[in-house]
Amino acid sequence: MRLAGFYAFAAAVALLPALFPDNYFVVVIGASAGLNVILAVGLNLLMGYAGQISLGHAAFFGVGAYASAILTTRFGWPSLLALAAGLLAAGLLAWGFARPILRLRGHYLAMATLGFGVIAHVVMVQATHWTGGPDGLAGIPPLNVLGWRVEGDLQWYGVIMAAMLLAVWLSLNLVDSQVGRALRAVHGSEFAAQMMGVDTARAKTQAFVVSALFAAFAGSLFAHQQAFVSPDSFNLAVSVELVTMVVLGGLASTFGAVCGAIALTLLQQGLVVFEDYEMLVHGALLMAVMIFMPQGLFVGLTQAVRRLGSALVGSKPPAAA
Amino acid sequence: MTALPPRASSLPLLAVTGLEQSFGGVMALAGVSFQVAEGLIYAVIGPNGAGKTTLFNALCGFYQPSAGSIRFADRELLGLPPYRIAARGVARTFQNLQLFFNMTVIENVMVGCHLRAKTHLFAAALRLPGIRRQEHQLRAWAMEALELCELADRAGQPASALPYGLMKRVEIARALAAKPRLLLLDEPAAGLNDTETLALRDLIARIRDSGVTVLLVEHHMPLVMGVSDRLLVLDYGSVLAEGTPADIQNDARVVAAYLGGAVSYAV
Repeated sequence: MRLAGFYAFAAAVALLPALFPDNYFVVVIGASAGLNVILAVGLNLLMGYAGQISLGHAAFFGVGAYASAILTTRFGWPSLLALAAGLLAAGLLAWGFARPILRLRGHYLAMATLGFGVIAHVVMVQATHWTGGPDGLAGIPPLNVLGWRVEGDLQWYGVIMAAMLLAVWLSLNLVDSQVGRALRAVHGSEFAAQMMGVDTARAKTQAFVVSALFAAFAGSLFAHQQAFVSPDSFNLAVSVELVTMVVLGGLASTFGAVCGAIALTLLQQGLVVFEDYEMLVHGALLMAVMIFMPQGLFVGLTQAVRRLGSALVGSKPPAAA
Repeated sequence: MTALPPRASSLPLLAVTGLEQSFGGVMALAGVSFQVAEGLIYAVIGPNGAGKTTLFNALCGFYQPSAGSIRFADRELLGLPPYRIAARGVARTFQNLQLFFNMTVIENVMVGCHLRAKTHLFAAALRLPGIRRQEHQLRAWAMEALELCELADRAGQPASALPYGLMKRVEIARALAAKPRLLLLDEPAAGLNDTETLALRDLIARIRDSGVTVLLVEHHMPLVMGVSDRLLVLDYGSVLAEGTPADIQNDARVVAAYLGGAVSYAV
């Protein structure tokens, strides 16, 4: 079945808090991983499928977060309307930048998107009148979904997981459609894609806009969940981390991006025990994964499980899938 | 399979006039003119560097020729980007494989159907009811093209897992899936063994018989002489000769420039 993996994933997400009731780690780290999954799945549409790099993706995450923060605190907008405005702003920004930026390739595209991310961060720090500058904006009201105020860790876990599952579902649908195949064709051979009638500039722009929308969506939720935003959450390091999630999980696989986002979120929590050596271990682990699982965690782990399975069963050849 | 006689038509499907393309002072195409009637297999031959692939790339909109005109079905193609030219009914294969190696065989061919069905981004993301039906239709069209190219049993395999000869055939299937009026084949026999070349010859004839006009660039002379209805010989970016295979084989200039000695290419 096309969505079998998705249903299994949704079931696991729903069961976790039931299996571990009142577990801070599950609901809080889980929610944080969920936001990262939304970001990584969106970025993977651009990087993994369309083959275009973005080193400035935290900017769109920030646009969503600041749109919600500013519109709800300073203008008293309802949170859902602010969220929609954030999506619109990020979408328009991405669309405006996509045409000039996506003409570039390789290192040049990386540099241009990096510059975009840096500029966005500078604006967040400098436009103190709107953004509160380096101190950030506090007192963001809770998310209000048609009268239901989302409060408490468990409720937030539910909301973010629902949003995450929506993002994964949208991504799976998109990839397995004519639109998704056109994107993958751009990655496979831009030359041939054009000759098949694919408007490659348009396809890349679509991928860029959709990934920006995913990021802004995560940003709005993040702002409400934290009730506070500051530029530190949207700097270059965050952009690089997002790219790492996508590459670590395995490019061009929605569940790869899911794996990468979860793995990196857990890693950051788990490495706290190494104190001063945290970054060292972090880097070494990433290098090890790339050396021993060049196709990423998702493919690497599923192959390892399969090998383990056939080793346990005996030397029978693996059955055809 | 019996070959249909070439269809007589008052207007040529493709009319190229005075096409010029230079690369930094080198004239790759120096005023090339020719016409292709609909329903023919029309071959373009010539020594390496004669301008054959340049001609293909100019026809497809990858180059912007400095002068001339390319009329296809009585409409100008010059100046259009490749995806718009594809929309007019021109499809092609590539001398250096340009398969989508990140996809399966059938997905490659389904990209070929890109112009036959429009999908909106949001409809696809939300998997609206129409999408399922459309996917079904695209899959059926792709299977048709795969069956014509005898690749149906490979549909689910990754394109990168196929042997070279079959990869070249997937490119043909992908181009056919677009339901083109004109199919450009750029050296389809390069790298194929004799058995594969014979099968290719039958396939090209089948494609022509299905009503698609074929423009063929190829070095394999037995194939070219055996399958083509007419030939164009290019040399140094200019037309050296044009005519039926028999005309060309008896043309003293062509023999001197390219074929090299009196050879009969009966197949």
